[in-house]
Amino acid sequence: MLEGMVERPDTDREGPMRSSDAASAVSKADAWFMREIVPLEGSLMQFLQHNWRNAAEIPDLRQEIYIRVYEAAVKRLPEKPKQFLFATARNLLIDRVRQALVIPIDAAADLEAMEIAGDQPGPEQVVIARDELRRLQAALEQLQPRWRQAITLGRIEGLSRREIASRMGVTEGTAAQYLSWGICALVEILHRDSSNTGGKA
Amino acid sequence: MSELASRPMTAEEIDALTKTAADWIERRDFGQWSEEDRAEFERWLAASPAHRIAYLRLEAGWKRTELLGALRPFKGKEKERKFASGPLLMKFAAALAFVAAMGAGAAHYIAPQPETYSTGIGGRETLRLSDGTLIDMNTDTRIRLSGARGERIVWLEKGEAYFQVHHDPAHPFVVMVGNRRVTDLGTEFLIREDPRRLEVALVEGRARFDGESAKSFTLTPGDVVVATPHSLAMTEKSQQALSDELGWRRGVLIFHHTTLAKAAEEFNRYNNSKIVLANAGVAGRTIGGAFTITDVHRFAVIVRDALGLKIQNRDGDIVISQ
Repeated sequence: MLEGMVERPDTDREGPMRSSDAASAVSKADAWFMREIVPLEGSLMQFLQHNWRNAAEIPDLRQEIYIRVYEAAVKRLPEKPKQFLFATARNLLIDRVRQALVIPIDAAADLEAMEIAGDQPGPEQVVIARDELRRLQAALEQLQPRWRQAITLGRIEGLSRREIASRMGVTEGTAAQYLSWGICALVEILHRDSSNTGGKA
Repeated sequence: MSELASRPMTAEEIDALTKTAADWIERRDFGQWSEEDRAEFERWLAASPAHRIAYLRLEAGWKRTELLGALRPFKGKEKERKFASGPLLMKFAAALAFVAAMGAGAAHYIAPQPETYSTGIGGRETLRLSDGTLIDMNTDTRIRLSGARGERIVWLEKGEAYFQVHHDPAHPFVVMVGNRRVTDLGTEFLIREDPRRLEVALVEGRARFDGESAKSFTLTPGDVVVATPHSLAMTEKSQQALSDELGWRRGVLIFHHTTLAKAAEEFNRYNNSKIVLANAGVAGRTIGGAFTITDVHRFAVIVRDALGLKIQNRDGDIVISQ
């Protein structure tokens, strides 16, 4: 007699679930933000680099823009995500210029002339999926070897942290650090490279 | 104004926050993840919009890397597991004789207390049998195991499944689909059944296919039997094509110059939100690539952007038009 035992595949893992209505607005905004906004990061960073002199402040600007966009999305999802993102970016830069004690005149002039990108699919959105796998592999190649090995074992071979640790001959804590740094680095490379496909500010 | 309330963060602070978000993702995807962990994570997310943004930004990129699973070699980790083949296999002594004596369709009435397993739309489950055989059940699939002692018989009642059979020459493993029969001769194979068409693809080893008539084939790797109510034919597929066809086991659909009609049919097997094609012109356009099986929205967006088509929501379905 055959007896079966059901195993759940790894891919069935779901993100956090929420139940109330407010929570459903949040999870809608989460999905929208990941789907519509984050893929524009390459273009957004180019836009900020062109329009803001102090490069050290750019991560904070990006963060603040994301927070404004996200908080608006929880109330109501903007209909034209790209336009909304760049309008928010522009408004934030103008606010920051106004708050600054010394107003850089040329920055202000640039801002007035700044064009807001429309919602036509720009080249950066035209991601042809057959290139996606190649792009992911190229990103993986750029990681430092230990991180890459951990991510490869985890993401391609589907091993758990414990299995990765034993395969690499390190402690679980170390494996967790390799994975976690690998996730950070891989995502940075992917977001950065999305600007190389032709985003324009 | 909110920017006055929230203090600007330095680049280092943002890096540190990103790392914390990555630690959470690592714990969720690779470590132990209990209900308490999840609750703690929820509290961390809710503590500050900066936390949530750091997480969403990472998660969006990290989700893209799910596709890397498409690179997983055929013989994945499951294959490496060893199974005890012990006294249990001895129970199959009568199997061969039983199979030989079995009339078409009659088997349904023979097995006492059969066990049935099924998956819903979008579901996927791995069934590990006591003899060491693994069965990956794809979306909307139902499988019944023989309840009789000494049998290794499985009925694929509907859907699609991938079989990695623990081979035992003395006790053949038999899959019945309607009144057709696949007998393992040391094998990994894929069977997909729908009302119009039955497809059996052999990935590794050998198997025998017996149709309704006396016609039978011995399959070697790459061989594919396609049976419809009116025809029966054997063709060949490259290893690459078979590997692509098995993409669902890794959560992806892989297309090469595939028409949208065919691609939509595939996605619609897995998702309650259906793709509807406006007309034949749209249906004939082709697309290639690897797509996350459950992310039909992302597929639609790629189709829109790559082919210059329009997409719109209609009662939860996605309509693609020119």
